[in-house]
Amino acid sequence: MKIEFLYWEDCPSHPEALARLRDVLRAEGVDDAVEIIRVDSQDDADRHRFPGSPTIRFDGIDLQPEGVQGSAMLACRTYRTEADRLSPLPTVVMIRQAVRTARLSRSGGS
Amino acid sequence: MPLALRERLLSFSLPATDGSTVSSEQLAAAPVLGVVFWCNHCPYVKAWEDRMIALQREYAGRGVRFVMISSNDPVAFPDDSFAAMQTRAREKAYPFPYLFDETQEVARTFGATRTPEVFLFDRERVLRYHGAPDDNMEDPAAVTHRYLRDAVDALLSGRDPVTSTTPPKGCGMKWKK
Repeated sequence: MKIEFLYWEDCPSHPEALARLRDVLRAEGVDDAVEIIRVDSQDDADRHRFPGSPTIRFDGIDLQPEGVQGSAMLACRTYRTEADRLSPLPTVVMIRQAVRTARLSRSGGS
Repeated sequence: MPLALRERLLSFSLPATDGSTVSSEQLAAAPVLGVVFWCNHCPYVKAWEDRMIALQREYAGRGVRFVMISSNDPVAFPDDSFAAMQTRAREKAYPFPYLFDETQEVARTFGATRTPEVFLFDRERVLRYHGAPDDNMEDPAAVTHRYLRDAVDALLSGRDPVTSTTPPKGCGMKWKK
């Protein structure tokens, strides 16, 4: 599985988000490497189609695709959690669900 | 450097989303005044928004006033434009003034660097708490330290806040280039 973690240093949520991602991958038995991409400029943001920090993609699919709106920009990203709250980072439940969905897609499931 | 504990409030006068101009002098009667650097676009602000609204409503009867100030550059972040601020204040029925610091001068004089970032002043307008609203931005039910509420309660009771500083946790201030 291709796993990408994109972040902007100015947004303070990325260390916790990365820790959660690693915890979930460990718990789910996924040992693929996480590609960590630091986004430092608007050019970087455009190149990586970066919707805000942090952004996590599995096989190129955003963890919360419906949260990707508008142009790429250097900003903190807003997630809507499973509890319907707004947050600067995805919850463990959201990350786990995205991992399982990606794994299912790889295995040809739906 | 942010305003230090025990320093006095720096006066300001800024346009509000309701079309008025709000100055620190107009708020002189409040026994406790919170100046909160705020904005529209930041997810940390969004996460704490309903709690701040509820806190203001709960304490309004005791004269506590919060004033939210957005100092972000609206050119870089259109969601933080004055028009967008007006929309947000209306949609959420903000119970506090929402002020636009277009020149960013107020943020610079306070030394604010994050949104949200709370500066809480006592009746004499001396800074008594600076930092985050509480210790769990993600889940109100999981909060264990209600820094701002506890500081407000302490000041209303004539006591020193147990916790007077915490690291502000939020988006970086969007300074003009």
